[in-house]
Amino acid sequence: MNKIDPKIPAGPLAEKWSNYKSSQKLVNPANKRRLDIIVVGTGLAGASAAASLGELGFKVKNFCIQDSPRRAHSIAAQGGINAAKNYQNDGDSVYRLFYDTIKGGDYRAREANVYRLAEVSNEIIDQCVAQGVPFAREYGGLLDNRSFGGAQVSRTFYARGQTGQQLLLGAYSALSRAVEKKQVSLHTRYEMVDLVLIDGRARGIIARNLITGKLERFSAHAVVIATGGYGNTFFLSTMAMTSNGSAAWQCYKKGAMFGNPGMAQIHPTCIPVHGETQSKLTLMSESLRNDGRIWVPKKKEDAAAIREGKLKPTDIKEEDRDYYLERRYPAFGNLVPRDVASRAAKERCDAGYGVGTTGLAVYLDFEEAINRLGKDVVEERYGNLFQMYEKIINHNPYETPMMIFPAIHYTMGGIWVDYNLMSTIPGLFAIGEANFSDHGANRLGASALMQGLADGYFVLPYTIQNYLADQINVPRFSTDSPEFAQAEKGIDDRIQKLMNIKGKHPVDYFHKKLGNIMWDNVGMGREAAGLKKAVVEIDALKKEFWANVRIPGVANTTNQELEKALRLADYLEIGQLMARDALDREESCGGHFRLEHQTEEGEALRHDDEFAYVSCWEYMGEDKEPVMYKEPLDYEFIVREQRNYKS
Amino acid sequence: MDIDININVKVWRQKGPKDKGFFETHALKNISQGNSFLEMMDILNNQLINEGKEPVVFDHDCREGICGICSLYIDGYPHGPDEDITTCQLHMRKFKEGDTITVEPWRSAGFPVIKDLMVDRTAFDKIMQAGGYVSVNTGGAPDANSIPIPRYNSEAAMDAAACIGCGACVAACKNGSAMLFVSAKVTQLALLPQGRTEAMKRAKSMVARMDQLGFGNCTNTGACEVECPKNISITNIARLNYEFLNAKIRD
Repeated sequence: MNKIDPKIPAGPLAEKWSNYKSSQKLVNPANKRRLDIIVVGTGLAGASAAASLGELGFKVKNFCIQDSPRRAHSIAAQGGINAAKNYQNDGDSVYRLFYDTIKGGDYRAREANVYRLAEVSNEIIDQCVAQGVPFAREYGGLLDNRSFGGAQVSRTFYARGQTGQQLLLGAYSALSRAVEKKQVSLHTRYEMVDLVLIDGRARGIIARNLITGKLERFSAHAVVIATGGYGNTFFLSTMAMTSNGSAAWQCYKKGAMFGNPGMAQIHPTCIPVHGETQSKLTLMSESLRNDGRIWVPKKKEDAAAIREGKLKPTDIKEEDRDYYLERRYPAFGNLVPRDVASRAAKERCDAGYGVGTTGLAVYLDFEEAINRLGKDVVEERYGNLFQMYEKIINHNPYETPMMIFPAIHYTMGGIWVDYNLMSTIPGLFAIGEANFSDHGANRLGASALMQGLADGYFVLPYTIQNYLADQINVPRFSTDSPEFAQAEKGIDDRIQKLMNIKGKHPVDYFHKKLGNIMWDNVGMGREAAGLKKAVVEIDALKKEFWANVRIPGVANTTNQELEKALRLADYLEIGQLMARDALDREESCGGHFRLEHQTEEGEALRHDDEFAYVSCWEYMGEDKEPVMYKEPLDYEFIVREQRNYKS
Repeated sequence: MDIDININVKVWRQKGPKDKGFFETHALKNISQGNSFLEMMDILNNQLINEGKEPVVFDHDCREGICGICSLYIDGYPHGPDEDITTCQLHMRKFKEGDTITVEPWRSAGFPVIKDLMVDRTAFDKIMQAGGYVSVNTGGAPDANSIPIPRYNSEAAMDAAACIGCGACVAACKNGSAMLFVSAKVTQLALLPQGRTEAMKRAKSMVARMDQLGFGNCTNTGACEVECPKNISITNIARLNYEFLNAKIRD
């Protein structure tokens, strides 16, 4: 049986999307009014999709966990958004953006999806400018670009160090307009806790009102998941505190396949961990690598002296500094892709050259840039990031180099979707980071914003019609049906079970333990023994959690500990699936680095003959091993090569 | 150099919007000054849970100063005693051994308390819905470089667009006015050719919605600007008044 069908349109790569659009099914305006769509999440993907679908005439119900859609974590993206405009006349094109993205993902993404992404990238910039997004401009009034990791052209559009914020506020504006016009109904401070299926199709959700604690039912003809990634499985990450994987996980448990769960991105430039009580990690934009130079001391004794506080980085002479990225990767230097930069930092720290009090940090130095460009220019480019750094670390990065270390930042894996962005459950769609589709084994910088908005503005509004065209005679659903009642009862039982444990430890106690298991075994360097150990340890931790967690208060009110417990219950399962997936993939590719599979120079060693596939995991029931299916990634148009950022 | 300090936290507790609130004081030992203020709140909450008490409810999310959800009034200042930051960026090195730190929610008619330190700011969304946008649908936008925009204008628009919608301006204002928030969006869009077309109408409808939702008027005290974590300038309010009056004259 063909369980996995990506439904990629036939024809030449560059024509697939236009052919699809010309031949797909559409819904006429009168029928659109009779169709309801639930969009869960209000980040770049969710807000842009909700606004666009509302404008088209569908009745949209949009949900977010925060008090306002504007708070979704897309807001925190700093660096920029890629597009193939070639405004800089430096040789960019749709094909080149496609190629860089698929190469950056270490040839583990789908050709057709990535090409479509590159194709619609230009429309995104046009759309955002029309909304009043204040991108950086040249003195002549035209748009400015910067370069980013993994590319040799300058194709990244930016709004100071707050690009995600400005793009999200653009989408939020569009959403606000749609709400005012009653095209979208907005439900803030609601968390999706289950997906409801009727006759095998996604027909609604159960959401918990985070103020009253009440479980509420919402029905629709289709459900769109735009809830981002599951990086908080690691406890410490660059995600927001409430970013979570639960909505996607409920879909998985209802039968949607989960694609490449083990593919997680570790971002090279984050502020290092300060201690046990740390709650999250702060990212320093990758754009800093445009002008900052990364180094550690050449001599171990210098590194040790710095750790003990006897030497300052500014005491280390130029010839005693090891600019290891420039040394190892002359062609890309400090602008190698994120996975390469992260591993190189880990390699130096493991070898004893790390700095900071913990030895788990490397320097990102702006001295050369300040001398070359002047402090004013550096401040104009990165001022807000420098300020952010100084507030956290209490060091002035204009005078002493920043300290950075890799941290979990993004998950390339997610709900498996076909070319229509539809999951294996009919009527269930996943967009943005929540799906697995476009970044393969590693996402390039400035590509997440591009994908979120591409899916929401320009892809889903087309592809969802292909599904809904068959649904025009289906009347609206009552939420009184047994399917809704059963789903609500299931989640209500789960909540009661959690509340009744009345154990010893708060939720964070368990979450930190899970984070340590993940970071040690499913992090930057993975090997079979550690991954197997992680599966076992998570099992034990899961049992301990369900026997000994303490949730104070009651369920039928605002209860932030209960919210955290529900999410952690899912992270415990997600973490295990991540480890299983990483164990299965006996090769190194992108952010997935198996210590057993590396070149002599310590680079990722792929095994294309065996592992050129998307792993698609199917849930088989509580405490049963999931089953994995493969979607082969047969490349028709490009040839896979060993990624080379050296020459 | 960061050290560990012992502090007392005097925190506002309130069961629900209609309940009477009160202060409660808790002693915390060995708090590293390298911790953020919200990490200190996490430690307090875990201590309360371990003591069998209910933790303090507060809003927090990105913890890097950009989502705008954190909203604490600390020792009499929105976002606490440091400049140009949100509560989540406040660090314990701003406090010293033996300090008693007072933590309250935003207090303003426009932002009713939900529980403890959590307030309801949906009014800001409603003001945005009244006109905080350029009326364009998805698709059909002209090429992004088809209209050059003077760099000065786009930079000034960006200054205004940096608003994170946290509501510190309202909390700081003795009139409970949302003028700084409204003016930031009106200014951003008025300065760009794409938003210019609707600038007057936008000012009028956003101000009308603000009034309707119970926010006060501006009397130019400037407290909002001082407390704004993103340095949004009150000159934006002048721009808002300009657009608003122009719209009214044409009525």
